[in-house]
Amino acid sequence: MSNMDSTTEANHRQAEPGAPPDHPRIAIRQLDFFYGKTQALKGITLDLPDRQATALIGPSGCGKSTLLRVLNRMYDLYPGQRASGEVLLDGQNILARDIDLNQLRSRIGMVFQKPTPFPMSIRENIAFGVRMHERLSRAALADRVEWALTRAALWPEVKDRLGNSALGLSGGQQQRLCIARSIAVRPEVLLLDEPTSALDPISTLKIEELIDELKRDFTIAIVTHNMQQAGRVADRVAFFYLGELIELGESVQIFTAPRLRRTQEYITGRFG
Amino acid sequence: MSAESLGLAASRPMIASRRAGPSGERVFAVLVTAAAWVVLIALGAVAAAMFWGGLPAFRAFGWRFLYGTEWNAVTRQFAALVPIYGTLVTALIAMLIAVPVSFGIAVFLIEVAPRWLRGPVAAAIELLAGVPSIIYGMWGLFVFVPFMSEQVEPWLIDHLGPLPVFGVLFQGAPLGIGMLTSGIILGIMVLPFISSVMRDVFALVPVELKESAYAMGCTRWEVAWRIMLPYTRSAVAGGIFLGLGRALGETMAVTFVLGNAHDLSFSLMDPGNSIAAVIANEFTEADSALYRASLIALGLLLFVVTFLVLAGARLLLVRLARQRGE
Repeated sequence: MSNMDSTTEANHRQAEPGAPPDHPRIAIRQLDFFYGKTQALKGITLDLPDRQATALIGPSGCGKSTLLRVLNRMYDLYPGQRASGEVLLDGQNILARDIDLNQLRSRIGMVFQKPTPFPMSIRENIAFGVRMHERLSRAALADRVEWALTRAALWPEVKDRLGNSALGLSGGQQQRLCIARSIAVRPEVLLLDEPTSALDPISTLKIEELIDELKRDFTIAIVTHNMQQAGRVADRVAFFYLGELIELGESVQIFTAPRLRRTQEYITGRFG
Repeated sequence: MSAESLGLAASRPMIASRRAGPSGERVFAVLVTAAAWVVLIALGAVAAAMFWGGLPAFRAFGWRFLYGTEWNAVTRQFAALVPIYGTLVTALIAMLIAVPVSFGIAVFLIEVAPRWLRGPVAAAIELLAGVPSIIYGMWGLFVFVPFMSEQVEPWLIDHLGPLPVFGVLFQGAPLGIGMLTSGIILGIMVLPFISSVMRDVFALVPVELKESAYAMGCTRWEVAWRIMLPYTRSAVAGGIFLGLGRALGETMAVTFVLGNAHDLSFSLMDPGNSIAAVIANEFTEADSALYRASLIALGLLLFVVTFLVLAGARLLLVRLARQRGE
């Protein structure tokens, strides 16, 4: 944390300390999404409260991953995919045509299902993204690398081999590196798309602890198929089915007393 | 699960019964080993034949054959520096043109072009690879050479010629025929080989890897340059070597536009010669044993030069990889 305070450049991106913790960082309003003619999301309205973790659950193809890909405009890479409605990040509609995508993606980081280390050294994996968005001195950059790796609980394991290729790390280490890489550019929001589904149980546990720790500073949306995981890391849970948001609530309420029968059937494993 | 274990159990005696007759395995091993040896033997035989054929020239001129510049059939003085220089310079120009353009083509096809355009552009590039080199030679001599001598070279001589040091490359008369023209045509000729290798390997870069770079806020250029190229570097290097090998040995097109001049000149505007072009031009005129031996010795040198350049490039790659700690 001390490093974070000493480098002040990007601090405006961090939430103001005085802001109420339940202020929605992202407000999704009447969001529709289409892959060509297929509608994948139908009229989604959902808030992602500041510095809380929201888990998106539901059977495969229900639209939860699609929702993540709307939030950082990843769908823009592919012709024929389009979204309508509003997604407000701090009140600004990120679906607007004139939004700066590179800047948007520095404010909303994403970690994917499979670890995707870049083909460069461990240090460069972190520094690469930072350099794209900020001009830092060598020392400040080195501090940032250490800070990000420390936050991602990877620093002790890699501090002696920062110059080695990231491809030589284990799967769990690679995924923590990807998280470190994302938080190194100090986003406001972290999108996690099944971040532990390709990992062994011990790595999964480490990442879950990490998410729990990171939600103090970042707004987190996590897609997961693992109900226990959703219960462990999320403050709120949103259940999706066939492109619609079926039920949203505090995670304790969703897992102990779901209001709707369909939610109950899904979380108890009767379908999905 | 149970079906799988059943299948395993059932296959055990079968494996044993096949082991009982290993002669098929042995025949197979002999056949594939022989196939591999055919290449090595052919390579060795060609090199040996050229060495024997060129030996009289090496005996007559010694090391001078490598660094001398005269090539005179009348006085029977032969040396190879001019064609070696021409071979290397034209290949270098070709690579300077072909590598960046190929990279651009591959990135365009994989990351930028709309899906419907990819097929036609890729097919057009492959057609370019199918054009016989004699066509490039004729087109070069009748179309491209006049264009170079009237439009491009006068401008280069006027604007780049007066520069210090660097200007020496751009002095002389705008003949059109010469190393620059040859290098450009060679570049066009090797372009399809390099770009199709690059396109194929760029297509293999995992989507998740590219998406995670975009998710970091990368531009398309940054994804291509910082992610796709490093991810595929050894395959890309292989494609470049393939093109380089072709550029070094290309004969027909170069023979048309290089000018067949045995003078050492540092100007890219001046006519020159390449090893392959000398052999193609003069084989029918080799009236003395020494002349013919010198041409065969040139052939051996082309062998050696190509080998050295490709080996050097590989070595460079290994060293770069080691620097990165792999």
